[in-house]
Parts: sequence; structure tokens; C-alpha cells
Amino acid sequence: MATICEVTEPREIDIQNFSFYYAGSEKPALKNISLPVAKNRVTALIGPSGCGKSTLLRSLNRIHDLYPGNRYEGKIMFEGQNILDKKIDLIALRIKIGMIFQKPTPFPMSIFDNVAYGLRLQGIRNRSELQDRVEEALKGAALWNEVKDRLKDDANALSGGQQQRLCIARAVAVKPKVLLFDEPTSALDPISTQAVEELVIELKEQMTIVIVTHNMQQAARVSDYTAFMYLGELIELGKTEEFFINPKEKLSEDYITGKFG
Amino acid sequence: MSTALDKLFALVARLSSFIILVILIAVFAILFKEALPAIQAFGIKFITNTRWAPNMDIFGGLPAIYGSVMSTLIAMLLATPVAMGVAIFLTEIAPKFLKGPVGTAIEMLAAIPSIIYGMWGLFFFAPIIRDYVGGNGLGLLTAGIVLAIMVLPFMAAITRDAMNTTPDVLKESAYALGATKFDVIKDVVFPYAKAGILGSIILALGRAVGETMAVTFVMGNAHKIPKHIYDPATSIPVTLANEFTEADSDLYYASLFYLALILFVMSFVFIAAAKFYFFRKIRSAK
Amino acid sequence: MNKRKLINALIMTLSTLSALVGLVFLFWILWTLFSKGLHAMGLNIFIYDTAPPGAKETGLRNALVGHLILVAVACAIGIPFGIMAGTYLSEFGKNSRYANFIRDLSDVMMSAPSIVIGAFVYAIMVAPVGHFSGWAGAVALAIMMIPIVLRTTDDMLNLVPQTLREAAYALGAPKYKVTMQIVYRGAKVGMVTGILLAIARIAGETAPLLFTSFNNNFFSTNLNDAMASLTVTMFNFATSPYDDWINLGWAAAFILGAFVLFVNIIGRMIIKKRGRR
Repeated sequence: MATICEVTEPREIDIQNFSFYYAGSEKPALKNISLPVAKNRVTALIGPSGCGKSTLLRSLNRIHDLYPGNRYEGKIMFEGQNILDKKIDLIALRIKIGMIFQKPTPFPMSIFDNVAYGLRLQGIRNRSELQDRVEEALKGAALWNEVKDRLKDDANALSGGQQQRLCIARAVAVKPKVLLFDEPTSALDPISTQAVEELVIELKEQMTIVIVTHNMQQAARVSDYTAFMYLGELIELGKTEEFFINPKEKLSEDYITGKFG
Repeated sequence: MSTALDKLFALVARLSSFIILVILIAVFAILFKEALPAIQAFGIKFITNTRWAPNMDIFGGLPAIYGSVMSTLIAMLLATPVAMGVAIFLTEIAPKFLKGPVGTAIEMLAAIPSIIYGMWGLFFFAPIIRDYVGGNGLGLLTAGIVLAIMVLPFMAAITRDAMNTTPDVLKESAYALGATKFDVIKDVVFPYAKAGILGSIILALGRAVGETMAVTFVMGNAHKIPKHIYDPATSIPVTLANEFTEADSDLYYASLFYLALILFVMSFVFIAAAKFYFFRKIRSAK
Repeated sequence: MNKRKLINALIMTLSTLSALVGLVFLFWILWTLFSKGLHAMGLNIFIYDTAPPGAKETGLRNALVGHLILVAVACAIGIPFGIMAGTYLSEFGKNSRYANFIRDLSDVMMSAPSIVIGAFVYAIMVAPVGHFSGWAGAVALAIMMIPIVLRTTDDMLNLVPQTLREAAYALGAPKYKVTMQIVYRGAKVGMVTGILLAIARIAGETAPLLFTSFNNNFFSTNLNDAMASLTVTMFNFATSPYDDWINLGWAAAFILGAFVLFVNIIGRMIIKKRGRR
């Protein structure tokens, strides 16, 4: 059984006895995971490749449902509902739980239209409201000053780091309650990485953040809680400063001291 | 609302994909139905009967089938080695500044409508055959050569693409062993690209068999098995193009559909064979 | 050793020669097309209809307009079907057995002899009503077009990275919006190019029109009636014994060839431009 530290803040998401099976596989990719996610905090998921950290993250907005045959067990509670419920409206869920991917995913349209896309999906058509919200989101993603004079340009013309911040702005624009980051800096240079990390810390004022990273220093820098996973299981959840100084589990200690992985 | 639209979208997409199956089955069914009177009247012997006498309601398909097979054979015998040569030239010999323009020219020529090849054959190539080989210029040989010129760019372009897929490391390691260019082509490139090359030959074959306009001008339209290779002959598409609107009896009409059915089955078989090779290539690539 | 070098030199020479021979023939055809065609071109081509041999005021107006109408109607039928079917394969069917089966069938259809398609459409659309029609010609062309557009759409949509779709779903977009607003947009350049080439391909077809839209010596925009087309006119005129008709045939060949080459060059330029970015 995993060691779970006490979470004093209210819980935004509560994962309970959660298992996940990929299509056609009898072996669970995630085994019986119970993990509380604190509201307005950053929770980092770390572990060696293949430990299931991305799989867990991608369960939280049920992006796995795009591929038929994937199977969930257990519960993931969010706003008093089990989001694994068949009746859940996935579209409404994904508006509330946004996601940033490993590589930047600018849509093939202008910078402005990228940020406005989620807003338009929700039926916002009013030009001035769109402009205000786009500006707000771009400022929130610390990108406004760099792009304000070329909002009509193709988003693909931006640099990699700018593209990733654009994607963050796009996700932030719809004001989600939770933002999921799937190794958001693995394709970026150090300076862009720093910008994204600063952003993550700022954003927790407004929303709950779960971030998957293969970089322990990054987890230490940005997160309040760190969850260590290994071979599809949760090994330990700890307050970040405690976890890295004084891990409770032998496996966690081996991992952070670089004995494997 | 969005889920309803989602379902509608999925349904429309699925039905559209289904239309391919519907058309294909319909083509088979309609050709068979229209050919039925001729199938009942002549049976399988239609294929071996050489007599085509519309005024007596006697129809035999052999001259057309023979013409189709022979003109295709001539075309393939001429086009295949030349296409291989062009492909080798484009991938291994041509200097860089020639590769692009020559390759583009070949692709452009593959796009030219076949009727233009046919017209050129009638006015410029048939007289040459008449003057230097024999006959009146219209016949199997002319048709075969025009067909060869028509499928050449198509075949060369696909063969070049297939040969280009050979990884440079493979070629380099053969050169490092002291192989000549031809050794590398024969021992590395051809074996590596074999499936693609064979597939391109068979696709070209399918095209040649079913081609109408490039040959209709120059075949001569004679319903008999020609004595000399340069004598007028016919083929299935040529017969259809020339006689379809003239068919005045039911049996005549049905016999033309019988020919169309045979042609359709022939091309179906070639494509199936080509797909089989491509399929093997995809599987072995994994 | 020397023998290997000798064989190598021989094969390389033969290959270069064959490339040369091939190119000579092909350029001969191109040159013929342009010299004969340009010679026959003139304003009359566009303002007069086809007329009996010997007539002074003769042109190709009816054939040009008919051809445009036939191709346009074929596009209106073939492109939506092809795009939707290709969308099904790429976005819904993916690698399922059914989807691969449809892919195979569409390849078969793409290589089906065009004259057989013409005979098929004759049997279902001309014989029952007793007269040729522009509709029948357009349908025959559309049948040729659907598998080409299907294949292009399928291939081009497959090139759109999966993460782009996931990013759109993660924003709460429904599938039809993800497909139409993100995936189509991402594949736009490739799809437009593919469709342009498909149009060029069917625009050069003659055989499917011979006994569907047939021919018409008069100007007509009535799709219920026989309709003139450049290609069928070319066929009829080129095989006639009259010099002025043969000339008009060359003019038609020139217009057709120039159009097809133009579209292919445009398509190539679009692809190149995209590749540079």
C-alpha cells in the first residue's frame, strides 16, 4: 500500500481505487491507485518511463476515450461526481479540466483564433468579449507583449516556447478548474522551460494543477505535492519539500537518489 | 445538441464510405445483367470464338480479347525495360541539376490525357510504322507502341519512388565493399524495392489493358486475328468505343456488355495481384 | 573485376540511353501538342460553336462550356462523397477490417477501365430513359473521381498529428468540430492539391463520356440533353477526314493539355511551398 501524506487543503479531485486497462490488455496499466489532488495546488507526478504517470494524467480528462477498448475501474471524484461514470458529458468535463501536451499543439490558424477557439466552442461570438478574453489569456500566459502586434499571424510561425505558452493561453482562456500538464517542457529549451515553470506557479492561484514530469528538479521547483509512481502503482504521495528530503518509501528514495530510472 | 450532430456526422461519413462498395457491386451486377443474353446465347465459347458478324447476330470475343492481350504485351515488353532505365537514371545516374527537372517532366507527362497520346499516334506515329514496317500504319504494333509510350512515365515515376525508398546506409555499405553502381542496384536497390517495382508494373499493366483512347485511334478496328503484327486489329475497349452506339440488336448490345464484363474482371485480377504485392511489402516493412 | 566494371558501364549506358529515348518520345508528343495546337488556336475557338466542315465561323464554344458543366457537376457530386468517405476511413474506421476493405475496393475502382464505367452508366442512366444526357456523363466522371478524392483525403488526414486532435478534444470540442475545424484545416493544403489533381485527371477523360453525355453540335446547357465535351469532340473531329475539323481537334487537345499541365504545376508549387515552411 502506498504511503499518502495528509492533505489539509480541500480536495479538487479524489482518485479512489483506480485501475486502467489499455484496449486488448488484461494486465492493468494502472493498479488500484488512490490519490487526493489538493485544490489550488500543484501536484507533480514523477517516476521512470512507463510507470503510468501520463496514463493517469490522461485519465483525468478521459482523453483515453478517443481510442475504443480502453477500460477504467474505481472512481475519480470531481465536483461530487465520479467522472468515470458512463453518463458524464465528456465535452463539459473537458471544458472544466484543460490539458497541455508534451509537444506544442498550435492549431493551423492565427494566434488570435487559437486562443479564441475554446471560447467560440462555448458559443461566445461577441467580438469585443472575445478580444478581451484572448488578451486576458495571453497576458495570463505571459505571451501578450510578444504577440500583441501580430495576432493575425499563423500560430505555426511562433517559436517552440511561444507555441507552448500559446497552448497554455488557449487552455486558460476557457477558465478551467483544473489544468493538466503532460511533460510540458520536454520539447523546450531551458529559457522557455523557465518561463513555463513560472507560469505554472502563477496559475495555481486560479486553478488546480497536475503536472507530469520526467525531471525531478522541475517537480521540486514547481510543485506542492509530489506523487511517485512505479510500474503502474502509486508508491508515495508527499509534500514536495518533505518528499525530496525525507522520502518514506525505499523505492522513492532509490529513485530520487538516482539508483534507477 | 453536439452529440446529435456528432452522430449525424459519423453516419454521413459511414454511408459515404459504403457508397464505394455499392458502386462496385452495382457495376458487376449491371454488367452481368446486361451481358446475360449473350452469356446464354454463346456461353463460355464466346471467349474462343473468332467470328464477329453483327449482321448475322454471331458474336465471338476472341479477336477483341486477343487484341487486348497482345497490345498490352507489346506495350509492357517495350515499356518495362525503358521505364527501369529511366528510373535507374533518375535515382542513380543523373546529376542533381537534372534529377529534379527530368523527374518533374516525367510526372507531367504521366498526367497528360491519354486521348492526346492517341491523337499523336494517329497523325505522327502511324505514318512511320506504315512507311518503315508495313501495313497501313494502323494495327496492333502501333497500338502497342503508343500504349508503351503512354504507360512509360507512369511506370517510371512509381518505380523511381520505390527505388528512392532504399535507405542510403544500405547502398553505402554495399559501395564500401567495392560494389559498382550496377551491383548496388541489382543486389541492394532492386531486392529492397522489389515489391514496389512489381506493383508498379502490374498497375501499369492494368492501365494498359483498360486504356481506350490511346489505342482507339490507331488500332484499325478489324474484328479478326491479325496475320502480321502491324495489321489492323481490335481490342475490348476499342470495340466498345466504336460500336457501342451502333449496336442495333439486343444480342449485339449484350455481347458488348459481355466484353465489358470480361475487361472488368481482367483489370480486377491485375489490381488484386498488385495489391497482393503491395500488401506483402507493407507486412514485411513492419 | 574488369568484367564487373564492364557490365556496370554497359548497364549505366543503356539506362541513360533509355531515359533519353523515353524523353525524346515524350517531348515529341508535347511539342506536337503545342505546335499543332497553338497553330489552331484563335479567338474563334471561344466565340463560335462547332460547325459543319468548311464553315467559316467555327469554334469550340459549345464543347468548352459543355466540358466545364460536366466537370463542375461531377465535382459537385464526387468531391463531397469522396471527402466524407475519406473522413470515415481516417477518423472513424482507422485500421478496422471494414476500413481496409473499403480502401482496397477504392483502389480497384480507381484502376477500373473508364470505358466500363461509361458502359455501366449507360445501362443505368441512358438506356432506361432512351436518350443521352449531361447528367449521365457527369455521374460517370463523378464515379471516377470519388475513389481518387477518397484516397487523398484519407492520406492527408492521416498526416495530421494525433496530438492536434487530442488538444482540440481536451478543450471540449465535439468530434465533428474537431474534424471540420482542426483536422481539415491542418490537412487543407494537401487536400486542395489532391482534389485539383483529381479534377485534372477526370477533365481529360473521354471514354466515360462517349456513350453517356455523347456529343452535341449545338450550344446547350441542358443537362437532360446530350452535351458536347472537349474530349468527345476531339475524338470525333480527329478521326474525321476534314482538315478544318482536325485542326479544331488539335485546338481542343491544346486547351486540354495546357489545363492539365497548368493544374499539375500549380499543385506542385503548393506542395513545394508547404515543404519549405
